[in-house]
Amino acid sequence: MSSVGIDKLAVSTPPEIGRRIRGLSDRAIAWIFVAPTIVLLLAINIFPLIWTIRLSFTNFRVNRPNEVVKWVGLANYENILTDPDVWHTMQATAHFLFWTLFFQILIGFSLAWLINRKFKGSDLWTTIIVLPMMLSPAVVGNFWTFLYQPQIGLFNYAVALVTGVDASSFTMIGNVNLAPWAIVIVDTWMWTPFVMLICLAGLRSIPDSIYEAAECDRASNWRQFWTITIPMVLPFLMLAVLFRGIENFKMFDLVTLLTGGGPGDTTLVTSINLKREAFEKWRTGYASAYAVILFVTIYGLASIYVKALNRVKQR
Amino acid sequence: MKRKFALYSAVAALAAGIGTGQAKADDLTLCWAAWDPANALVELSKDFEKASGNKMHFEFVPWPNFADRMLNELNSGGHLCDLMIGDSQWIGGAAENGQYIKLNDFFDANKIKMDDFIPATVVGYAEWPKNTPNYWALPAFGDVVGWTYRKDWFSKPELQKEFKEKYKRDLAVPKSLDELKDIATFFQGREIDGKKVYGAAIYTERGSEGITMGVTNALYNYGFEYQNPNKPYDLQGFVNSPDAAKGLEYYKALYDCCVPPGSSDWYMSQNIDAYKSGQVAMQMNFAFIWPGVNADPNVGGDKSGYFPNPAGPKGHFAQLGGQGISVVANTTHKDAALTYIKWFAQPEVQKKWWSVGGYSALKAVVDDPSFATSQPYAQTFLDSMAIVKDFWAEPSYAQLLLAMQKRVHDYVVAGHGTAQEALDGLVADWTKVFKEEGKI
Repeated sequence: MSSVGIDKLAVSTPPEIGRRIRGLSDRAIAWIFVAPTIVLLLAINIFPLIWTIRLSFTNFRVNRPNEVVKWVGLANYENILTDPDVWHTMQATAHFLFWTLFFQILIGFSLAWLINRKFKGSDLWTTIIVLPMMLSPAVVGNFWTFLYQPQIGLFNYAVALVTGVDASSFTMIGNVNLAPWAIVIVDTWMWTPFVMLICLAGLRSIPDSIYEAAECDRASNWRQFWTITIPMVLPFLMLAVLFRGIENFKMFDLVTLLTGGGPGDTTLVTSINLKREAFEKWRTGYASAYAVILFVTIYGLASIYVKALNRVKQR
Repeated sequence: MKRKFALYSAVAALAAGIGTGQAKADDLTLCWAAWDPANALVELSKDFEKASGNKMHFEFVPWPNFADRMLNELNSGGHLCDLMIGDSQWIGGAAENGQYIKLNDFFDANKIKMDDFIPATVVGYAEWPKNTPNYWALPAFGDVVGWTYRKDWFSKPELQKEFKEKYKRDLAVPKSLDELKDIATFFQGREIDGKKVYGAAIYTERGSEGITMGVTNALYNYGFEYQNPNKPYDLQGFVNSPDAAKGLEYYKALYDCCVPPGSSDWYMSQNIDAYKSGQVAMQMNFAFIWPGVNADPNVGGDKSGYFPNPAGPKGHFAQLGGQGISVVANTTHKDAALTYIKWFAQPEVQKKWWSVGGYSALKAVVDDPSFATSQPYAQTFLDSMAIVKDFWAEPSYAQLLLAMQKRVHDYVVAGHGTAQEALDGLVADWTKVFKEEGKI
């Protein structure tokens, strides 16, 4: 808007209102603008969090409105931390987290490195590679459930073609040993493109002049890779690990659709277990304590990680 | 003056008409699972709309999300549902937590007698506490686990001959669980009409209630009991008796020998798909699927037959399914909702309910001499309903169910431990739940 337009608006503002607005400090005006967001945050983030913490010290069950709610102190926390089943789900989550991050970083960075070496059709390949992450997890879950079918699934067919074993002789999502890997494969397929894009951004942010200077110093490609590429992409890689780590710690949809937590409890990750406690068993107080523990775990790990990330960035 | 009077009269009459209409016509929402019987109920309910002037709306949720969605609705005190066809296990919680309206007075006032319904459905779908005359629902849809088999494959002369040579009896509907396993073994991996086929599709689903609804059909018949019949909540030696362990071993053996590869997480829909696509000789499934099987162009008509869950060494039982219809306590249309139940309980409506694909639990319908021959599966339905047993309907049923899902899946599908260990673990889990509940 031109200054003439602003002047007109100011002139047309009724004098009393104009005075009132003029009477406000910048700080007050800033508060007026920020207040709705703060109220919204308090209502949908902070209040539920405080309420959850409060509930975690009770035996409240949302489906038992007639029961007296008792203050149980730290009993819920004690029960969770001494429950072997909970630790089992933590192990399943850790397994899933470690391997998905490992493969996604490895493959994602490799793909980004390849795509970064501009070649004919590289843009088309980039588009094709990022397609999986654009799909809904529900679609991906159902899609891979079919791919993993021993009788009609392409995955088993491909494995059979390469290894020569009978396609219907093994089942990825029904076998105790293979089911965790089945989920790792799907998550890696879906989210490696995300890591690739972040790495690509990192690779493209490195000025060519640094490589040119290295060439002048007759540094080998390997040397350039280790002393220029990796250190400069590292903050981006760490950011990708942070994003994927937080997301995968909360993994729910893919596991539910592919295995439902089975066979047995092999793929029962914490988020599924938490959902069962909260919305199937309706142990609200217990589930609240469970949620608080997970929140503290994620927040604590993420905080430490962000500090490390900042240190790397400052180097 | 006359004209004015006429005008006022007309306005008054119109207003009265509208007023009457508003008082009479209610918008009712009925909540249920999204499946074939629900579509039949939509058709049936058109008669109610005509008769009462009320307008029916339906909220149907697919089975995997049904309990989550509807229990959330009940627990949050939502106003979505006026009528609820909830699962039989919900009765205890819904009654104790005041989520359903108690129907005794209404039944008495409208001469609706529970004696007129199949006894097992009254106990299973309507009563809480069980075996007491406290009614929270009207039996709405009778259902039970039974079996569907490929009659056309069973009648192939070459297979008949081969089976007889191997097992020294005819290839026919199995009378015992052992015979069922023999037949499943016989068909497993066999080529029929140029296609590899498998023995049986059974319930193995882990996430909700699938494997429990399947395995109980073996457990009951081998001697498993939920508790000491003489001492409630006394589980030791009943849930984990040596006979019960044999039943669990049987189910695992059936899973290991005779199911299609990859069927480690199958429930109703996967079993239907496997059967309709010609993958399996037999399928375990709730009776609600039978009209769909009968009408199927590939496997329907004479190609399929139906039989009740076969007997085991210690008894002859089948897992009860089905639901009752309840009035949600939070409804703002209580009278209209009760009118629907009154209408639904009428024998002529129940007869039509059966004819459109619903499974009536009214004795007047199922005891009618023409019932058994009215559909190819009608007699099997009657036979199956006579041998039903149901899972816990305690308010804590979900905790009990999830514990059983875990223990059984861990043994049958994942192959961890022994059957005895799985059932001992189940006793420990259930005991913990009942202790927390203050029942023991």
